[in-house]
Amino acid sequence: MEKSEEEQLTGQRITYTLESSLDSVNKVEETAEQMAKKAGIDEDEIFRVAMAVREAAVNAVLHGNSYDPEKRITASFENTGESLVIRITDQGKGLDPDTLPDPLAPENLLRGSGRGIFLIRSFMDEVHFKQLHPGTELTLIKHLGTAQTGS
Amino acid sequence: MSMKVSTRQVDGVTILDLSGRITLGEGSVQLRDAIRDLLAKGSKLILLNLADVNYIDSSGIGELVSAYTTVRNQGGELKLLNLTKKVHDLLQITKLYTVFDVKDDEASAIASFTRS
Repeated sequence: MEKSEEEQLTGQRITYTLESSLDSVNKVEETAEQMAKKAGIDEDEIFRVAMAVREAAVNAVLHGNSYDPEKRITASFENTGESLVIRITDQGKGLDPDTLPDPLAPENLLRGSGRGIFLIRSFMDEVHFKQLHPGTELTLIKHLGTAQTGS
Repeated sequence: MSMKVSTRQVDGVTILDLSGRITLGEGSVQLRDAIRDLLAKGSKLILLNLADVNYIDSSGIGELVSAYTTVRNQGGELKLLNLTKKVHDLLQITKLYTVFDVKDDEASAIASFTRS
């Protein structure tokens, strides 16, 4: 683990503070995958959770912090027993989800970007945005009752 | 974590066999460079074999779309071959499955290209 990384374990929640880098994105994705595996959900759901969390981390690092070496992202992971709750924050200029173009609209289908938030919303049960002034917090929730469990 | 690209020529079509992950900063850049190199060499009939691509993120999906439009804008054709279930599902969710010409048999895919 790099010096700039901090790890905090509070109850059942683990929080990382990470540099704005692709390594951090990969670490966050791997942690989400491990968490989902431990929760006993099936492989397709593990993939969806890990991918949604990866997309949220990419947004934080790339669109939020613009790879700024002075800025950090945080990622917290919690299994409440009823849900997996993942929170990702950045220190960027903020994100208004209502202004995002619809990637399924015919005029946007051939765009080379703009599908991250759409995939997050498709794969998770709840997605919440909070403005931090500066920065954005994304909360991703997968209900374990509705997630298909592995056999 | 990264992607591997190998190139074959069959009946005037360039087949890119991709394996691994097409994701931000890794496979995406490799795919973009591979397409750019092919177009620079005048190879405009391109078949992307995704049989061994086990993961693709939104950046990778965007790169596939960019590859498709770039090749098409230069008068070429780009088609997809052998999608894994995950990639297939992602293209369905994002409504791109009908945008791309998706094939599951290499020989018929090669025959389907328009030769001038």
